[in-house]
Formats: sequence, structure tokens, C-alpha cells
Amino acid sequence: MKKSATIGILSLAAAFASSHASADELSLVCSAEQSWCDLMASGFEAKTGIDVAMVRKSTGETLAQVRAEAGNPKIDVWWGGTGDPHLVAAEEGLTQASGADTAQLLDWAVNMHTISGGKTVGIYAGALGIAYNSEILAEKGAQPPACWKDLMNPAYAGEIQVANPNSSGTAYTELATFVQLFGEDEAFRLLKEIGKNVNSYTKSGSAPSKAAARGETGISIGFMHDMVKLASKGFPLKIVAPCEGTGYEVGAVSIIEGAKNLDAAKQWVEYALDADVQSLAQTVKSFQVPSNSNAKVAPESPDLNSIKLIDYDFATYGSSETRGRLLSRWDAEVKP
Amino acid sequence: MKRTANLWLIIAIIGFCLLPWHVVEDGFWSFSWVTNIGYVESSSALILMLVYGKFWFWPTALAFAFVATCLATVSNPVTRAKMIASSALFGLVCTAFQGLVIVRDGPRFFTDILNFTSINEGQIGFGAGAMVTLVALLFILTTGVSAMGKGRGDAFVIGLIGLIIALVGVFVFFPVAHILIRAFENKDGTYSLIHFIPRLFSSDIWGLGCFAGGTCGPAINSVILATMTGAGTTTLGLAFALIFTRTQFFAKPLLRVLTVIPIITPPFVIGLALILLFGRTGAVTQLFADMFGIEKSRWIYGFSGVYLAQMLSFTPIAFLVLIGVVEGVSPSMEEASQTLDADRWQTFRYVSLPLMRPGLANAFLLGFIESLADFGNPLILGGNTNYLSTDIFFAIVGSVADPAKAAILAISLLMLTLGAFLVQRRWVGTKSYATVTGKADSGQHAALSPAVKAACYATALPWAIFTAIVYIMIFYGSLVKLWGYDNSFTFDHYLQAFSIDFSNGIRWTGSAWDSYFTTLTIATISAPLTAIVGLSTAYLLIRQNFAGKSAFEFSTMLSFAIPGTVIGVSYVMAFNFPPIELTGTSIILIIVFVFRNMPVGVRGGIAAMSQLDKSLDEASITCGANSFTTLRRVIAPLLGPAMIAALTYSFVRAVTSVSAVIFLVSARHNMATSFIVGRVEHGEFGIAIAYSAVLILTMLTIIILLQLAVGKRQLRRTDRVEQSA
Repeated sequence: MKKSATIGILSLAAAFASSHASADELSLVCSAEQSWCDLMASGFEAKTGIDVAMVRKSTGETLAQVRAEAGNPKIDVWWGGTGDPHLVAAEEGLTQASGADTAQLLDWAVNMHTISGGKTVGIYAGALGIAYNSEILAEKGAQPPACWKDLMNPAYAGEIQVANPNSSGTAYTELATFVQLFGEDEAFRLLKEIGKNVNSYTKSGSAPSKAAARGETGISIGFMHDMVKLASKGFPLKIVAPCEGTGYEVGAVSIIEGAKNLDAAKQWVEYALDADVQSLAQTVKSFQVPSNSNAKVAPESPDLNSIKLIDYDFATYGSSETRGRLLSRWDAEVKP
Repeated sequence: MKRTANLWLIIAIIGFCLLPWHVVEDGFWSFSWVTNIGYVESSSALILMLVYGKFWFWPTALAFAFVATCLATVSNPVTRAKMIASSALFGLVCTAFQGLVIVRDGPRFFTDILNFTSINEGQIGFGAGAMVTLVALLFILTTGVSAMGKGRGDAFVIGLIGLIIALVGVFVFFPVAHILIRAFENKDGTYSLIHFIPRLFSSDIWGLGCFAGGTCGPAINSVILATMTGAGTTTLGLAFALIFTRTQFFAKPLLRVLTVIPIITPPFVIGLALILLFGRTGAVTQLFADMFGIEKSRWIYGFSGVYLAQMLSFTPIAFLVLIGVVEGVSPSMEEASQTLDADRWQTFRYVSLPLMRPGLANAFLLGFIESLADFGNPLILGGNTNYLSTDIFFAIVGSVADPAKAAILAISLLMLTLGAFLVQRRWVGTKSYATVTGKADSGQHAALSPAVKAACYATALPWAIFTAIVYIMIFYGSLVKLWGYDNSFTFDHYLQAFSIDFSNGIRWTGSAWDSYFTTLTIATISAPLTAIVGLSTAYLLIRQNFAGKSAFEFSTMLSFAIPGTVIGVSYVMAFNFPPIELTGTSIILIIVFVFRNMPVGVRGGIAAMSQLDKSLDEASITCGANSFTTLRRVIAPLLGPAMIAALTYSFVRAVTSVSAVIFLVSARHNMATSFIVGRVEHGEFGIAIAYSAVLILTMLTIIILLQLAVGKRQLRRTDRVEQSA
């Protein structure tokens, strides 16, 4: 009896050893690539002397955690990852205005700042594109696609892979892009036609391009900077900016409402928007386009000026209502 | 009884009067609360009550007074026991209630009634004092209950039951309730039952379309997959176990390693390896296409791929459960059968196999549940087929978060588990399977009949070879630049993750070291705790009879059956606020592992313990030992294999689980798997595989050491197999 109790007490006693945040510390969740996260965190520590405690989580996971922790957050600042979840967090009052200086930022970054009431701000952009595996297409004797509408070509039967917009933000961006480019009815007709060539709708947004890189599928739809990164590793992946124009994502940074280290968090946002800091992304093979107009753009980065970018309406297509409507229509008309 | 109750009362009063009631900023062991004695945060409940006017501690103090008075004045033992138990219960309920109601910002409910200044100031989470007091009150309660004559008056057994119920209640039911309640939530935020039933049984979940050429709901897909996986892994596990115990196969040690490796493989790695072998451009696919002109296809993406991956991953679990059981089947029974002129096949079919029933049933149940809750394999290989576990994950983290849907899917999953659990119990029935008795036997296991032996070899050996190939490929993959494209040899991946700089003392410069050390520490702490909790529970379930035993048994399975994502989110919801504030610490990781992996200890323990003849316990008790001594000196040593299985499994699961920890890892306490998943997400396969390879080697070493440390149980038999003539 006593012994079993001792064990019980000992295990509970371990619970007293919990530690809490002290001064000069920043708790950061990073939703970009690990190597970029590491670079940003160590740069910030060197610059400010503030100790950064960082963990990498995807945007969906971060949003779920921020929701669950609302009222007593353990995270101070959320950096990176596609802007939609950042906007949702702002809409739900889970993040707070950072008071960041947006003077040097490009329009799309300022736009994020404006529609969220200053609660989130753009740090990079990445355009949506098509990638194809040149070896697979050559083997099949198929011409590479140049436009979204080319994807309906029966020669690509069973060769296209794209994520499911219900689970992936990337695929939702694609859906919203189609609707903005072609109008809603036409967009769903096209998606349905393209769907005949699709071999599977993956859960994760980055999976299709990885599959295309390895030749598991011939063609993928996804963000161009991810594709560039894969191609730079040596995979036979070719990247296409669709001729009709394309949509894009804006990566963002937000300060969590109720952050314990608010000053440090504000310093982080300032740091993340700095031109010199943003210029360093390419050194870790992150080829997104930086939001500071003075930052250096990597030569490998998809040149946003030469791509026909649509005027993506984040406010409308980021809202829960439009999202829910488009997704249920997708389920009804496109889903296999 | 009086002495025990007195002891616990003293402990409770120490917890109440001397220790800091709330969480201490710098941690309890810093002892800063001794020097900061004047502050609210480091005060004991007594000081808070008397000096700071926190009047809600009075009921707890009152409970102590009741207990003390009863102990001192009431002479009738039964009346005394009843009064003590009810006073302790009163104290527990009041303490827990005030903790739940009064949180950081004041009262959580009843804001109007509780509008007092001292309450509105709020309070932080429970700390050392609260824990000690609550535990002590719990044991006063159980001591009282046992003195009332319940559980044959065995204070140890009742105490253990009370402790486990309390732990399961706090760390399984309490958090899970947070998310399951969302199933009843309507779109406008109100709750109702009317909408819940049709949503639970909607055809979106239970659709049977795939039998008519369409697509099935995720629940049906999951059931089909889980049944097949459960049956398949049990069959393979049995074949391996029979080869081990009943044949003289020459490469047993090698086989042993192969049967263990898959469970020590971090998630995603098996799926990835299967793609690289059997994907459309995979090595095997290429080979077959070149040699036999078989068309390259994508068959691996979908049901067959997931099934293959799950068979690879979960066969070892079945094996671990079955090896102990197969070993334990008494040779005397088999001898008796042969003496009665049965041949080897008849002996196996009518004696050995039926005696293995609890093992088979438990192995199947584990395989079934593991398959239902498996998340990594369906994610990577699922293709267009939907499964409950992935659907739940994306209902929480997908582009439209729908916690209500996640909760409903989770309830469907629990219904399936409950179904499997009931079927399993029915099948095992109430027969006795005791084969390890105090009586000596010759220890010569009957050899397998040639047909059974051939069948075992035919199923297990190709599988072993297949597993070996998969793992050779994984190690190969960690040593080439870009697996599949640039096959030049490199150590870069290992250097990037695990480099050490010796120039200026030892500095762990590799990017993986932090998470590697955290993972191993947490796994090392949680494994023995898991084994203890799991095996104690098994002991209660097999050896003791008490009211509500079936419900108790099922409740211990609950945390295992709930998908990791749901557990992870519910832990954040439950343990981010007072009274129990654990998020961001390593404790929450340890706790989640203990309670998530406990069921394996329970199942393994049940399977092994139902073989131990009760006369062993009785002999021990007759000789004057109490039930604790019996458990420690008689039963525990006979549970060697079950103990190894529980320790191994919980250690390994702590290292390899993904979905539950994704929400619980924090910057200070990152885990290996979340590191690996992050790398896989961005296509850095090389470093992910290299890290996995290192983890596999680490765990293999630890498992071997563990087996040496726990040792082999002595059944006073020489474990030999009858020479086949």
C-alpha cells in the first residue's frame, strides 16, 4: 500500500518541476521550412540578445493550438506559413495588432495588414503554378502544359496530382484562383474536367509536387517556390506559370493575443520585416518573394513581375462563409 | 487500518499546511518557495486560508478535522470506516470543485453568485501542496472503504483501484470530455441531442457505397482495414511466436530483431520506404517492369498500400503479446494430450491453440485498435480512400476547422473500438486458461506437426525477408545524396543532424541533438511508469473482483482507441488552465505517453496473467504474505515477458508517436518525430531517414539491454522443444 502510494506520489511529484517563461525570452511558432526557421531564430538572438524558444508546426496545427490555448497562450508570435489561417486567427480575435511599420512593404503585404486591422502582416509571397516531371512526360510522349486549361488534355489521364482543398490551404488557394479567373460556374466545370485526369487528391498541399519530383505522378499543382526547391535538389521537375494568370499566397507574421512577452514579439515582427533579414532567406534555399521592397530576390525565385498575377481577393475568399460554400460545392461536383 | 489512515492524514496535513499549494514559477525543486515565504504564489493552503482570506480552503480543512475526530473518538470499526471514507470524499470533492471553478481570472461558472473580491482575484494551477493533499485524501478514502469490508478488506487492492480510477479519470476522461462534448454542439454554439444522432449515423460516415461500386464512408473503410490488419498481424505474430518457441530454427536472434524493428521505426518511414520500393518509379516496380514487362502502376496508393504498411508496422505488437503466451502454455497439458494418443496436430489444434485464446484475442484487439487509430500510413499511402483517423485530423487542422465533426468521427471510432472489445470478451469467455502452476512439469514443449511448421515457415519467413529488404533500403537511403535520383554515397545527412564539435570541449552542433536528447529522456521516464500502471491494472482485472469491473476495463482502453490528434487537442484544452496547468512542460508529454500506452501493458499483462494459476497467489497468501508482497514476489517475476513487452512498447511509442505530440511539443521540449515530420513535409528525406536510422539503432540497443536487465523468467522448465523424430 505504502509503496504503491510512493510511486503515485513520485510520479505526481514530477509535476511540480514545471518551469515558466522568464524575462527576455520569446516563444515562437514557425510555420516555414525548418532551416529558414533556424536561421531566423539564431539571427534574432544574435541581434537582440533575446532568447528564442522556437518550435516548427504547420499552419493548421498552429491555428488549432492557438484556438485551444486562447485566454492563456503559451505562444508569443507566429511567424510564416500561408496567410489564410493568420487571417482566420485575426478574425477570431486570437491575434493582436503589432503596430508594425509597413512603409517599405509591397502592396500585397500591406493589404494583409489592412484587411486584418493590423493584426497580421505579409512577409513573403509565393505564386501558384504547375510542375511536371520532364522524364515522365517524355516517356509518355505528352507535350508539357502551359495553361490551366491544358490540364484537361486527355493525354494527361491519371498523371495529375493535386491536394484536396478540404484539408489543404494550397488546394483551397487553387480553387479560389480558378473561381476568380474563370467565374464560379466555369471554374467548377474546368475543375471537374481536370478531375478526370487526377489520380489522387492528396491530404497535404506539398505532397503532389514531391510526388511529381520522384515521378510518382507526371504533373502537380502547388506553390512554385516549393517546386523550385525540389528542382534545385536535382529532381527533373520543370515549373510552369500558367498563361491565364495565377493566384498566390502571402506568408504572414502575427502576435498572439495575450502574449506574455509582448515587447519581444513586437521586436520580432520588426525584425521579420527588415530588408536585410528577408534577403537571407535564399541562403537556406527558401525561394519565396520577400515582402520588403528593398530586400534582395533570389535569382531562382519565380519572378512575380513576369507572372500574370491575378488581383487575389483575400478578404472575400478568406472569409469562412465563401470558404464553406466553395468547399461544399467542390465536394458535390468535383470530389471523386 | 487506523495506523494507515493516521499516516495519510499526517501527509495530507503536511501538504495542506507546509507545501506551496499552487504551481511555483521556478519549479518545486528550486525550493524558491522556502525563501519567498511571504508571497501568495509560494504560500501553503493554510496561509492562503488564514492570511489571504481564501475561504474556499475551509471545507478541505474541515475534512481533516472530521477524519481526525473519527479516528480519535469512534470505536465501532465499521461506523468509523464509513465516517472516515465520507469525510475524505467530502474533502476531495470540495478541493477539486474549487480548483475547477476558480481559475486564473476568477470564477469560471456561477459568476453572479461567486462575486467576492478574493474569488475574482483568481488563482493559478495546483502545485505540490494540492497534489500531496489530494493523493493523501484519496488514500484515506480507499483505506476507509477497505475497512468497510469491500474488496475482502484488502487495503492495498482498494488503494490501487482508487489510484488507477483517479488517474484515468483525471488524465483520460477529463481531457477527452472537453472535445467529445463538442459533438453535441450546434452551429450556433448551443448544445442538443436531437441533431447529434442523425449526424452520428449519417451516410457520410457509414456509407456502404463501395460494395456497389462507389465509395464507402470512412468508418466502413476503417473497419474493413482494421479487421484485416488485426487478423493478419495476429496470424503472422502467431507464426513467429511458434517458430521461436516450438522449432529449432537456426536464425532465431536475427528473426527476433526483424520482428522488433518495425515498431521502433518512426512514422512515415515505412510509408516512404514502400513508395520508394513499390511506387510507380520504385526500385521493385522498375525491376519487374524491366524483367517481366509488368506495367508500372500506382497500386500502392490506396487500400492495399495502407494495409501492407500496417501489417509491417503492427505485426511486432501481436508477436510481443503472443510470445509470452505461447511460451507459457504448459507442456504438461500437451504431454497429457499426447499420452492420450493424440498426434501433434491434434494436440496443437485441441490443446495448445485453445489455451492461447486470451493471447490471440488480445493481439487481435491491439492490432484492430492500432489500425483504427493509425494516422501516418493512411496519410501517406491513402490515396483517395478516406479513413476515420485522417478525417479526424483534418477536421481539426484542415482548411475548415470543424471540431464538432472531429468529435462525431471520434465517437464513431470509439463505438467501433467498444464493439471489438465486446466481441473479444465474448470470444475469450470465462474459461480458465491457467497453465503456469506451482506444479513441476518436464518442460518439453510439444513439437509442431509438420504441416503447422511448414505453414509457419511459409508465412513468417517471406515476411521476415520482406521486412529485412525494407530496412536495408532505409539504411541505404540515408547514405545516398538523393534517394532514387542521385545515388552517390554521402555522410552529409548524418553530419547535418548529428555532428559534434570537439575543438572546444564537446559541443553538440548537429541540428537533431536537442530533440534527440529530449525524446530519450521523456521516453525513459515514461516507460517504467507506463509498465507499472499497465501491469497493476491488469493485476486488478484478472485477480480481483469488484463492482463495475468491465466498465473499468474498457475505460483503461479508451485513451488508446482515441486518435492521437483528439488526445493532443483535448490535452491542450484541459491542461492549459488551472487547476492543472501543464502545457509547455515536459510533464504533459510524459503523462500523455503513460496514459496512451498504458493499454498495451494492460492487454499484455492480462494475456500473461490469465495463464498464472491462482493457486500460486493463494499459496503465497496462506504463507502469510499480503497481496502487495504476493504481487511483488510471486506474480511480477512470472511476468517477465509481459514486462518486457510493456516497457519496450511504451518506450518505443514515446519515441515514435506523432499525432498526439504535435500539439504538445513546445519550443523547450521538442520531440524527434515532430522534427522528422517537419523535414519530410519539406521534402528533406535524406536527413529524415538518417535521423530515423539513428533512432532505430538507439532503440534496438536499449531493447536488447532491457531484455538483459529484466532477464528471462524461470518457469522451472528447461525450455526445450521435443526433438522431431
